[in-house]
Amino acid sequence: MNDHKQREYPAKPADVYLFGTCLVDQFVPAAGLDAIRLLEREGIRVHFPMQQACCGQPAYTSGFPEEARAVALRQFDLFPQPWPIVVLSGSCAGMMRQHYPTLFAHDAPRLSQAQALAERIFEFTEFLVQVVGFSRPDRAGPTTVALHTSCSARREMDVHVTGHTLLGALEHVQVVKHGHEEECCGFGGLFSLRHPDISGAIANDKVQEIRKAGAQHVVSADCGCLLNILGRATGPEASSSAGEASLTGEHIASFLWHRTAEVNV
Amino acid sequence: MSTVSRTVAPDFSERSRQAIGDEAQRTGIRGAMDFLQSKRKAQFPDPQELSDLRDLGAAIRRYALANLPELLQQLEARLTANGVQVHWAETPEQANALMLEIAARHQARLMVKGKSMVSEEVELNHAMQAAGIEALETDMGEYIVQLAGEKPSHIIMPAIHKTKQQIATLFTEKLPGVSYNDNVDVLIQIGREVLRKKFAAADIGLSGVNFAVAETGTLYLVENEGNGRMCTTVPRVHVAITGIEKVVAKLEHVALLNSLLPRSATGQAVETYQNFINGPRKPGELDGPEEVHLILLDNGRTQAYADPQLRATLQCIRCGACMNHCPVYARIGGHAYGTTYPGPIGAILSPHLLGFGAAYPLVTASTLCGACADVCPVRIPIPDLLIRLRNEAQANPQAARKALRDSGAKHHLLLTLVWRIWALLYGRPRFYRWFSWCASRFGALAPRHQGAWTHTRAPLIPAPRRLRDLLPQQNRLD
Amino acid sequence: MSARERILARLSQASASEPQPLPNLEHWQPRVPPAGSAERLALFKELMRSAHAEVHDTDEQTWPELLLDLARQKNVRTLLVGNGTDSVARLQSLDSETLHVMSYQRPAEQWRAALFEQVDAGFTQAKSAIAATGSLVLWPSSQEPRLLSLVPPIHFVLLEAHALHADLREAMRVEQWATQMPTNALVISGPSKTADIQQTLAYGAHGPKELIVLLCHSREVSP
Ligand code: SF4
Repeated sequence: MNDHKQREYPAKPADVYLFGTCLVDQFVPAAGLDAIRLLEREGIRVHFPMQQACCGQPAYTSGFPEEARAVALRQFDLFPQPWPIVVLSGSCAGMMRQHYPTLFAHDAPRLSQAQALAERIFEFTEFLVQVVGFSRPDRAGPTTVALHTSCSARREMDVHVTGHTLLGALEHVQVVKHGHEEECCGFGGLFSLRHPDISGAIANDKVQEIRKAGAQHVVSADCGCLLNILGRATGPEASSSAGEASLTGEHIASFLWHRTAEVNV
Repeated sequence: MSTVSRTVAPDFSERSRQAIGDEAQRTGIRGAMDFLQSKRKAQFPDPQELSDLRDLGAAIRRYALANLPELLQQLEARLTANGVQVHWAETPEQANALMLEIAARHQARLMVKGKSMVSEEVELNHAMQAAGIEALETDMGEYIVQLAGEKPSHIIMPAIHKTKQQIATLFTEKLPGVSYNDNVDVLIQIGREVLRKKFAAADIGLSGVNFAVAETGTLYLVENEGNGRMCTTVPRVHVAITGIEKVVAKLEHVALLNSLLPRSATGQAVETYQNFINGPRKPGELDGPEEVHLILLDNGRTQAYADPQLRATLQCIRCGACMNHCPVYARIGGHAYGTTYPGPIGAILSPHLLGFGAAYPLVTASTLCGACADVCPVRIPIPDLLIRLRNEAQANPQAARKALRDSGAKHHLLLTLVWRIWALLYGRPRFYRWFSWCASRFGALAPRHQGAWTHTRAPLIPAPRRLRDLLPQQNRLD
Repeated sequence: MSARERILARLSQASASEPQPLPNLEHWQPRVPPAGSAERLALFKELMRSAHAEVHDTDEQTWPELLLDLARQKNVRTLLVGNGTDSVARLQSLDSETLHVMSYQRPAEQWRAALFEQVDAGFTQAKSAIAATGSLVLWPSSQEPRLLSLVPPIHFVLLEAHALHADLREAMRVEQWATQMPTNALVISGPSKTADIQQTLAYGAHGPKELIVLLCHSREVSP
């Protein structure tokens, strides 16, 4: 149940900033490149501030707001033009949009900056659907996939809706609903390290549900979840259970680009 | 009646590991949660109605908290005028002492108990037993759990972790003359027969309180079984025990809150019994207790109250919806938490009741997925409170402002240093770029065993080139 | 200082929150059919029945016979009634070899064992009812003590069909609960039940196993 305010969306802009997020930068750079390709094909110039680092979420959720503020502050000055800021991960977008204002609640000048910034933050799929009006023919063969939406993205940004809109529009893609689809994948950032058994048990169930639903491929707009789910699917216990269908996955930007590119890559 | 709890591991991680390993229990809990989730969903077909109701529910609770000292005094005055004796307890020990005093005055041997989490919180049964008084749980779930020498694993469904076969075996072992039968109706009838005799014989009835109404001096109790009514009507003395936060200003507030409580809790439209207790038996009346007492318990609640953000914890109406929707609770069940209140509400409440020593693992054991806040009928922002509590636990103990008596209890120099360095790296673009460059260059050297992560997952290996290294020139903004 | 004073002092010292207005419940309207409509009555009956209660239509003249019939069908041998009301008088006149109508006249503790063991059914009137949740409102009194509706395994309730409120809040307002609360007020929405064993619903946990509503229509609208 989402009952946050309905957001008003701007017209399609000529320029956007891309906030790649540290996980994409470091672990899944292809998703960033594919996102740029998708946006450019829509006639949007994409600017990637090279100074960007992390949104500060790990420190914030771990209970280190000072450190989170220090890192968040560094991101404030990276986006001088009034362009939208497209974020490649739902939970980072949630952090910047929902929690920056909280983080600076007691710092009036920073607060107004944080609020202004928050207004310009768009999660990637949200931006494609609501601002770009993305619609490209599906050029690849039939496939069955599952969609996983990170919890913060679902609750703070309604990303499950836009993710399903994008996938649902692909003619040859069957999106299967998996059991407990709305449930967390067990990542939770540092939670996965502090409580590995609980985290692993949740991730395990997620992988099972996706497989049970008949999908061999999982698509997500959130790299943390994706790394967690795929890490679990190929982890030490996975290999031991013989006969398990393999599970692959990718960021939704890569998935969309691969299916809609003129020359199939 | 034995209340020895079975041996539980002293540490949260170990307890949760054990719980995760118990396949049968995990399936049972999962089944129960799926059931409760779908029933709740069916109760709220209209998202707008639900949203409006939650707004009102939250407003009612916030109003009560904003005026708590005045409302408590009004409640006390009205109850006293109605003939109810009001007692205040700062600690579990004080609450138990009050209880024992009342019991001693009436030379009580047997106390029948309706469902009361606060009585669990103060470990009342233990105190009663020590004084030679039998304290018998009469809610079917609680009765079963007590018979097994365990503690409730859920605040609404105490025996959620048990199968009917286990219960049938338990009855056969513990109740004379009962032979094995795992038909649920039969099991309930067995419980009914045993407990009816106890109701008729009891000297004191104990109950919790769902809401205490300041306007009228009313103790409001809801239940399905009728044991709550038995406990509050049959014995000569009724003692109600509750936290100081359970007060509401107006009688009609109860009507609204109860349009949220059962629907959120068990997915039923309404409970079988809503019981409004306004005082002891009046002259001429033929039943009902001759004495009614109310014990108002603090036990850390004033600490939560003192902080404007953490105060929201006290909005809780104990519906249990947060635990019914919690992915962590689903995997480990209620016992692993090791606290009276498990699940998300337990994680935000227990630090005030028990301190961070026992409660800190609970505060960290959340992915912050927000499922709890999504369903909370009174809109407690549970993930925000968890973040705040993590911050309090790790704050510098030297800091002037301490929201909890043991703020800073989990302050860890090394951990703080790690985050300082992290902030330094990520806050200084040049450092970050250098650091992440190294990570990707030497990613192939990443260890194959990455501590807890690789316990259940494949290792994380940085890509050989970062996104920023691969960017076409036109996208780079230096 | 006493515990009371210390607790209140701590609460009073706490920083004041943002002022909270007294919540206005005016806009919260139950979604039930209008008062007096057949639909509202139908909703009430449907909800009561889905909660496993029996609802029988009857009228002012015939309800005692209906009750007698039902009691016979259910093998009731002892029916416990209150004291001093007209309804009780009418039921007492039906006392017979096969159905003993017994009046609740002594304090419960003087005959607790018999109350728990020898009574098959109890009879009370309902003060009113609630459509939104399918509930009965009972205000026990010295004429209709509290245990009448709790201890006997079967509970017969006489309800006037016109006394049907939209929801609990309306009942509270119309009947002015806040200014004239009895010692005990009850809202009953079915027979006693539990789902504490594997979420399996079972009736008759501690209270009545059967709840039987005699819905009394006044002459003009009686079917
Ligand atoms: S925190 Fe909210 S959801 Fe959880 S028990 Fe309390 S009221 Fe219910």
